[in-house]
Amino acid sequence: MSIFVDNNTRLLVQGITGKEGQFHARQCIAYGTNVVGGVTPGKGGQKMDDVPVFNTVGETVEQTGANCSMIFVPPAFAADAIMEATDAGVEIIVAITEGIPVMDMMKVKNYMAGSGSRLIGPNCPGIITPGQCKVGIMPGPIHTPGGPIGVVSRSGTLTYEVVHQLTAQGIGQTTCIGIGGDPVNGTNFIDCLDAFEKDSETTGIVMVGEIGGTAEEEASEFITRHVTKPVVGFIAGLTAPPGRRMGHAGAIVSGGSGTAQGKIDAMKAAGIHICENLGTFGELCAEVFS
Amino acid sequence: MKIHEYQAKELFKKYNIPIPEGGVAFKPEEARGIAENLGRFPVVVKAQIHAGGRGKGGGVKLAGSVDEVGSIAGDIVGMNLVTHQTGPEGKTVRKVLVEQGLNIAKELYLSIIPDRATAKVVVMASEAGGMDIEAVAAATPEKIIKVYIDPLVGIQPYHCRQAAFGLKLPPTAMKPFVSMLGNLYRLFIDYDCSLVEINPLVLTAEETVIALDAKVDFDDNALYRHKDILDYRDIDEEDPLEVEASKFNLNYIKLDGNVGNMVNGAGLAMATMDIIKLAGAEPANFLDVGGGASAEMVENGFRIMLGDENVKGILINIFGGILRCDVLAKGVVSAAEKIGISVPVVVRMEGTNVEEGRKILAESGLNLITAADMKDAAEKVAQLVTGH
Repeated sequence: MSIFVDNNTRLLVQGITGKEGQFHARQCIAYGTNVVGGVTPGKGGQKMDDVPVFNTVGETVEQTGANCSMIFVPPAFAADAIMEATDAGVEIIVAITEGIPVMDMMKVKNYMAGSGSRLIGPNCPGIITPGQCKVGIMPGPIHTPGGPIGVVSRSGTLTYEVVHQLTAQGIGQTTCIGIGGDPVNGTNFIDCLDAFEKDSETTGIVMVGEIGGTAEEEASEFITRHVTKPVVGFIAGLTAPPGRRMGHAGAIVSGGSGTAQGKIDAMKAAGIHICENLGTFGELCAEVFS
Repeated sequence: MKIHEYQAKELFKKYNIPIPEGGVAFKPEEARGIAENLGRFPVVVKAQIHAGGRGKGGGVKLAGSVDEVGSIAGDIVGMNLVTHQTGPEGKTVRKVLVEQGLNIAKELYLSIIPDRATAKVVVMASEAGGMDIEAVAAATPEKIIKVYIDPLVGIQPYHCRQAAFGLKLPPTAMKPFVSMLGNLYRLFIDYDCSLVEINPLVLTAEETVIALDAKVDFDDNALYRHKDILDYRDIDEEDPLEVEASKFNLNYIKLDGNVGNMVNGAGLAMATMDIIKLAGAEPANFLDVGGGASAEMVENGFRIMLGDENVKGILINIFGGILRCDVLAKGVVSAAEKIGISVPVVVRMEGTNVEEGRKILAESGLNLITAADMKDAAEKVAQLVTGH
């Protein structure tokens, strides 16, 4: 098993005729993802390779039975794209776009509350169930299909690093999710931890966080109460100076909150195995998950 | 993006949020002119820098006459102001705000921020104004009133009343406060602010409310739709290397260490800084070249890292996904040939096309040190800069 995406995922790509959208749609197809359609307003009726292009998400869902969307539209139009997908009843919406204004995401988040759609991201690498379905920009070959470890992370390339180290240790993954580096995002750590806890094939969880906000602290509380599977954690940003945004819009230590040490302490208290040196992440996982 | 207090007050004025009378001065004569126009004393002279704690650092002074305004402005303009937010090196003051002194009855606190956990806009108000609000929140959280606002609906009169009653305002000040908070919310939304803060908000002896201080920060991601705000950017307040980096779309933050590092992706970049420290050295910067970095960006990244004279060694850590390792390797080689890199460079690459990338580096004839993994890379570069 896996969480959120698998062999039954029917993917549509919003912004499929743009440079990024086209490149990554092809990469996903090459990995084996079932890409059933694309959306570019005004280009309905055209094709991107063999993939039919539609004007609206609603039309795409109606014609192709798409149940998942990957969004590549530029930041100024991304909130609109997410809400369009929500309105069309798309179950899983993966927003790759980086740089969406916070206020736009706050509106999207409130708009989506109570809908049946799940948003992953924005500003994220996406989600992959190795061997089955890749919805995102992560390099496919670093992953190992078959589980048993679930990976959830706020980062992009840092996720690749930990997955690579898992694979190097011969440890496979059920599903790997990047939840994104923005202050306001859709699916959070707790949603993923809960899903991994309930997924019978997942026997252990990797959680990668970074400075800023309180998501890791909240996740730690959840783990204490609801997660029985072993969790290995890493937090980036011990050396980050306060008051400075470290690349990601959400990665900032402000007024003593959101520090790496505070998160590490909370995670340790929840029984999470903290990796102090990223260079030895794979080894620690091998030890904990054996 | 941050702006100065006097600029924030210009925005306040535009939104009918009461501020003290006054103006900004770059020279003592201008300060005297403003004080003469105000005509009443005391007058307050406030240093304008992008950092808090100015009063404690000696950047805010009261003056009782035009001559005193002139001499204080003369002292402050050009001074190196050190506060708890500037770092020990301080900041050079280039301008002062000259304002009418107020008849203060009580100092309050008021701010609006986006709350990331709830995705609501939150108004924070407190009777404990004029102090460090973080300290108030830690010691006496009950003294902070929080009002959550759904951004889809916007601020309602009852939200404002909730804050007003919480602040125990006298009846005469209620109405002006409610209208001021509504205006402040409009400003926050209209300009995609990441913070609007008034500390202190003053209740005067005449029972009016006036924003004695003003702080407004903007969401960088939304600046594209607020071109007018870009005029407020003050390059003098930023690090010259960071300004240079921003021209090339490089995400660079200067730090105090001696190991330069260039990484793709913000999370991995932070983790690289951490592992450098763990290996016994200190990172000189944060530099994220992003997922789609080109050879040109890599070259500019090198130039900026080498512009920091403290850098004694460089670590490049790239996990190739979209950015292929062969492209990165070509960028490194061309940068090294063009710029002439004078410090040892350790390269760690992994991911897409890594074999080709390693081959390009090995055959370049350059003195590059390759590393097997992150731990190896950090240890090698630390050894090179510390000598053990």
